[in-house]
Amino acid sequence: MTPSFMNAPAHYLHIGFVLISTANLLVIILMIVVFVAALLAPLPSRREQS
Amino acid sequence: MNLTERLQRRVSETLPYEELMPAEQPIYVHSYVYLFGIATVASFILLIVSGIILSVFGPQWWHSSTVGHFVNSAHFWSVQAFFFFMVLHLWTAFFSGAWRDGRGLTWVSGMVTFLVSILTAFTGYLSQQNFDAQWIGVQGKDALNAVGVGAFFDALNFGQMYGFHIAVLPVIVAGLVGLHLMLVRLRGVVRPYPLDVEAREGARAGAEEVPV
Repeated sequence: MTPSFMNAPAHYLHIGFVLISTANLLVIILMIVVFVAALLAPLPSRREQS
Repeated sequence: MNLTERLQRRVSETLPYEELMPAEQPIYVHSYVYLFGIATVASFILLIVSGIILSVFGPQWWHSSTVGHFVNSAHFWSVQAFFFFMVLHLWTAFFSGAWRDGRGLTWVSGMVTFLVSILTAFTGYLSQQNFDAQWIGVQGKDALNAVGVGAFFDALNFGQMYGFHIAVLPVIVAGLVGLHLMLVRLRGVVRPYPLDVEAREGARAGAEEVPV
């Protein structure tokens, strides 16, 4: 069984000379979000926990 | 001194285990951004394990059985995670200037790993045996012919691409990852850029005095 959204052509965004699939754009946005979150979120230390 | 003894001495001098397996890290490493490298390694281990299972049972199995579908999907999503974390690790290395203070080879080994990984992923997509694989193979052959490697690297030859994907390229990637990890251990993680401008200028002037 294949989900219906995977059995169809990919959706593309076309803005001027930029052509990118929505899936690729979402992955890039997610990577930026994860990178910024990793920079800002404090990493708990072992000493703080004990 | 025989060859084994010379090798033994050289390994103990250049690769001391205290530096290869440090128990503590500098304080500036205490951040989530420094976990992207090990997340890439974890994804790579998942890739190798799922890949070994796929190669043992073969294409007929991964196309037709439920467990085969699952392992095939695990392999696919592991490579998504591998590239996701590797690019985040690349951003971290780039913005922290990870090539500074004698770490040029660490940076270069990481970049070469990235390039070989792209080739490995390419042969993997060709090994899917679906319409995507056919489309990528037909499009890719023109690029490969244009750069002159089509005679010995044929994107439409499933056997050759599968051989590259499961035997040749993973060994090269594993070797490069091992070299990269060893260099990170031996040379340590680069210090962050100094925050104030005067200290940065001083560090730059000091760096210029170091003989290359």
